[in-house]
Formats: sequence, C-alpha cells, structure tokens
Amino acid sequence: MSAVEPRFAPGARVRVRRADPPGHIRTPWYIRGHSGEIERVCGAFPNPEELAYNRPGLPAQPLYRVRFRQRELWPDYAGAAADTIEVEIYQHWLEPAR
Amino acid sequence: MSSDVHTHDPAHDHRHGHAHPPHEEASERLSYYQVMEIAVRELLIAKNVFTADDVRRAVEAMDARDPAQGARVVARAWTDPAFKARLLADGRAAVRELGYDMATFHLLVVENTATLHNLIVCTLCSCYPRMLLGLPPDWYKSRAYRSRAVREPRAVLKEFGTVLGDDVELRVHDSTADMRYLVLPERPAGAEGWSEERLAALVSRDSMIGVTRCRV
Repeated sequence: MSAVEPRFAPGARVRVRRADPPGHIRTPWYIRGHSGEIERVCGAFPNPEELAYNRPGLPAQPLYRVRFRQRELWPDYAGAAADTIEVEIYQHWLEPAR
Repeated sequence: MSSDVHTHDPAHDHRHGHAHPPHEEASERLSYYQVMEIAVRELLIAKNVFTADDVRRAVEAMDARDPAQGARVVARAWTDPAFKARLLADGRAAVRELGYDMATFHLLVVENTATLHNLIVCTLCSCYPRMLLGLPPDWYKSRAYRSRAVREPRAVLKEFGTVLGDDVELRVHDSTADMRYLVLPERPAGAEGWSEERLAALVSRDSMIGVTRCRV
C-alpha cells in the first residue's frame, strides 16, 4: 500500500486547518483552526474522505493523535487546567504551528 | 399496511373510547436511510454477493458480543502485569491472545490512574469497540452525550455519579477514525487477592467507556 511519509513526530506542535470542505470529513468542527501537540503517530490509513466515495484512498495518509488543552478549545471551560482532549487527525488536515 | 394503522398519537383517547399502546413498527414510516439499507441489502442478496442467512448470522454474532469480553480483558490486565504491558503497547495483538478479533481496527487501551481519568466519545458518529463491548448504549449515540462529553465532560461525569478532583487530569478521547478505545479502569481497593474471574464481575460496561469507576 502506497503511503505518504509522516511529516510530524510526537511532541510537534501542529495546527488543524480551518477548512470546510463537503463530504465524509473525519475532522471534528470544534478543533478546526486550533493548535495542539502530536501525541503519537498511529500509522497510515487509506483516506476515509476518499473511501466514502468508493475511491481507493491512496496513497494512505498518516494518522495522528493530537492532544489539545481544553481551556484553549473552550475559553469558558469549567474543568481543571490540566484537562485535555485527544482527537485522531489525518496528516492532510495538519500544518506546523509556531 | 393494514387498514387499522393510526396516523395520530395512539396513546390519546379517541373515537372508540380507549387508549392503546403505540405500535411502533406499524405507525412509524421508514427513514430514507432505512429504505436505502433494505434496497442495497436486497440487491446484494439478489446478485449473490451474500445470502440472507449470512446477514442473519452477522447480526446474531454482533448481538452475542457483550461487555463481559472487555471485562475479561481488564481483569487479565489487573492480574497479569506482562499482559497489561502488551495490552497498552498493542491492544489489538493483546486481545487476540484472549480470542478477540478487532478485524481491521486498531485498539488503543488507555489506563486510568490516581491522577488521570480517561473518557471515550465519538462526536462524529458512534465509533465504539463493539468487538469487546457489544453494541453501544443508546446514550453513547445521543447528540447530547456526543456534544457535551467534549464541551463539559466533568458535568457529564457528575451525572453518571463520577466526581473528579481538580488534581485529576480528565482526558477525553474523541474516537473519530480508525482507532477504537477501551478504558482500563483502576483496580478498586478491597479486591486484593481476588481471582481474575471474580475481578471481571466488577468491571462494568460504563467503566470501560470511562463514565464510572469500578467499585467492590
């Protein structure tokens, strides 16, 4: 299976693209435009946005778990400062963050 | 459709002087996607891709799975440190040792500790480790849980009777793609020296989603 090379390593700061394409998108709305940290690289998987339309989804996209701080996602977050959320995001949705 | 189907609220009292319980099967129209599922299934059967009995057997196999399988995994991890290490490193390979097949999915097991509590949600749909826990509960699929578990997870946990201190990090896992998640709850105090089987009985479905803890 052909796969795109991973661009990011664990610990890297990344930003989720703020985009709103139509289709079977697996990037939840609430993290678009937000920055987080790569928790791990999960491997490469055929792109589900393509698979949903019966296309092969290749080359496979690296999938990451990205960790966000709850207080950065929701300014009025009521929980502890240490609370986090981790979301699986495909590489084509990520860009380097400063 | 038979002629006695009512299109009004069947619970309300009407002309023949009594209320009667709703006949959901008869009175609800099929949704667009239900009609599509039936059409596609009938086409695939007509084209000999699979048989009606294949479908029935798949449903039966899905219904036969239940949280006891996940509980067995947790109890093994509590009693066998080497297994626990393998489970945390590669969940899919470790549960295969117990005879559970994750099919194409990767399994990520996240461990609760005194300072970290994990909670699983799928905000986009209802991704759930069905191979280990069976079908998800209705609340897991509800819009309320799916939106609130990421927005105000501590309030959600409180409604399940789980109150976390501010010294505990709450980590929500949004299961959106190719991974499936299982919470490894903390082994409760008071169960020292228990057998794996007896421990497994303490492990509830909800504790493996992360909305509750295990208690003796």
